[in-house]
Amino acid sequence: MSKLGNASIRRPKKNHYRWLILAAVIAVYVWAIAGVPFNGIKETAGQISRAILSGLLSPDWGYVYLPEGEDLLRGLLDTLAISVLGTAISTVICIPFAFWAASNLSRTRLISSSGKLLLSVIRTFPEIIMALLFIKAVGPVAFAGVLALGLHSVGMLGKLFADEIENMDKGPVEALTASGANRLQILWFAVLPQVLPGFLSYMLYRFEINVRSATILGIIGAGGIGTPLIFALSSRSWDRVGIILLGIIVMITLIDWISGAIRKKLV
Amino acid sequence: MSGNQHTERRVRPQAPGRLKHYMTVVLVLLLLWGSAVQTESTLSELIEGLPNVLDLIRQMFPPKWSYVRHITDAMLDTIRMALLGTTIGAIAALPVAVLSASNLTRTRWIYMPVRFLLNLVRTIPDLLMAAIFVAIFGLGPLPGIFALAVFSFGLIAKLTYEALETIDRGPLEAMTAVGANYLQLIAYSVIPQIQAHFASYVLYTFEINVRAAAILGLVGAGGIGLYYEVTLGYLEYNKTSVIILFTLAIVLIIDYLSSKLREKLL
Repeated sequence: MSKLGNASIRRPKKNHYRWLILAAVIAVYVWAIAGVPFNGIKETAGQISRAILSGLLSPDWGYVYLPEGEDLLRGLLDTLAISVLGTAISTVICIPFAFWAASNLSRTRLISSSGKLLLSVIRTFPEIIMALLFIKAVGPVAFAGVLALGLHSVGMLGKLFADEIENMDKGPVEALTASGANRLQILWFAVLPQVLPGFLSYMLYRFEINVRSATILGIIGAGGIGTPLIFALSSRSWDRVGIILLGIIVMITLIDWISGAIRKKLV
Repeated sequence: MSGNQHTERRVRPQAPGRLKHYMTVVLVLLLLWGSAVQTESTLSELIEGLPNVLDLIRQMFPPKWSYVRHITDAMLDTIRMALLGTTIGAIAALPVAVLSASNLTRTRWIYMPVRFLLNLVRTIPDLLMAAIFVAIFGLGPLPGIFALAVFSFGLIAKLTYEALETIDRGPLEAMTAVGANYLQLIAYSVIPQIQAHFASYVLYTFEINVRAAAILGLVGAGGIGLYYEVTLGYLEYNKTSVIILFTLAIVLIIDYLSSKLREKLL
């Protein structure tokens, strides 16, 4: 790459292995496409997609509010409540993890990298699988979803918080150390004021993601709007599928908008 | 309020009011309390459930490693789905990204609605998309591939159009000056500037899609996710732990390879 600067007029050398790479990529695609069992699309596919589309265009407005419960608004409220609580739990849990994983606060590299590894393992564990396990523990209720989101979000929030701590200005910490402050005072007066806006902004960002996740938790019975959606899909009431999808789209768009506006103010 | 106090205040500024902070804290606490009531979450339920969780974890170990042989095919299916979904999404995303970049598509009436549609596509979570596609196409990996394709399309198109808007204007103007048409402009001044970023975004989306594909089976859209319900349903938790660890290993390997490749690209 550095040679390019000296002789930029000459054509860049082609990679000798590019035919090999091309062949490998083609082989991978052949393997991938050959492995998919393609036995034709169901003949009802067009009919069903038309039905879903017409359901989206003429949704079941009556489902928005039903006095006796189990309606769209209550489902969406449930979803929101799950994501609020999940985000709150994970924010509390992840703060010690973040300080553990931040390399500028721990003494040796070993400590911070072990913290980072743990966080990335938590991150790769999908929330829906965690929810499946928590359902076994506390039953098929919204609380299982709350716990799953609370635990899963620790992975991402912990990493983002640790990055935020690593990016902070050393000056205030040194000033407080010089004036004889103890560790708790340093944390409270030098570290916290610097990282708090970043923490809050990441928390809101994770909240946006959690709202999306909470809509799918209901598919396995962990509360929220996913449960009525999966029932409506299996009972083929497309107008109800339509109104639930519309509700989800509107809710997520609104949340993204509000949270984005607050985040812009914070940072 | 006398004039004397007024001048004094000007000399020594008052600390900003705390009321706003207190109100925010109260509001957040109310929100949390309301959410706890709505989801019927209580600490006592957690403490009651905790032994169950520990019991579950104890039953998961030691993992029954021989089960890996049964799920290898499903794992390969998962990777296939992620690969094809990402590819289809990436190809579809290219023209849309050009349409939504304000420096390549000058007409506001084109790029604003296209961006709006992109935002709408990205609001629907991939598992919901898969559930809908399963209803349309029936069980199997095909709906999973389509769901991942739609998701990848939304993500890659957004990342690419944002990168397109930051490209250097020089080559564009040079091509316009020598009389290139629109396609030549794209081919010779836009693509060389964007191809490394685009490849990097595709790889990044592939990483996400491998994780997503691993759970699509829960709604019947193919891949390894199906085996969670099978093993959990028969209470074979030592097999469930094999699935989890196997998926974790594959995801970490793919992430590692893909991030190495991305470092080389950029």
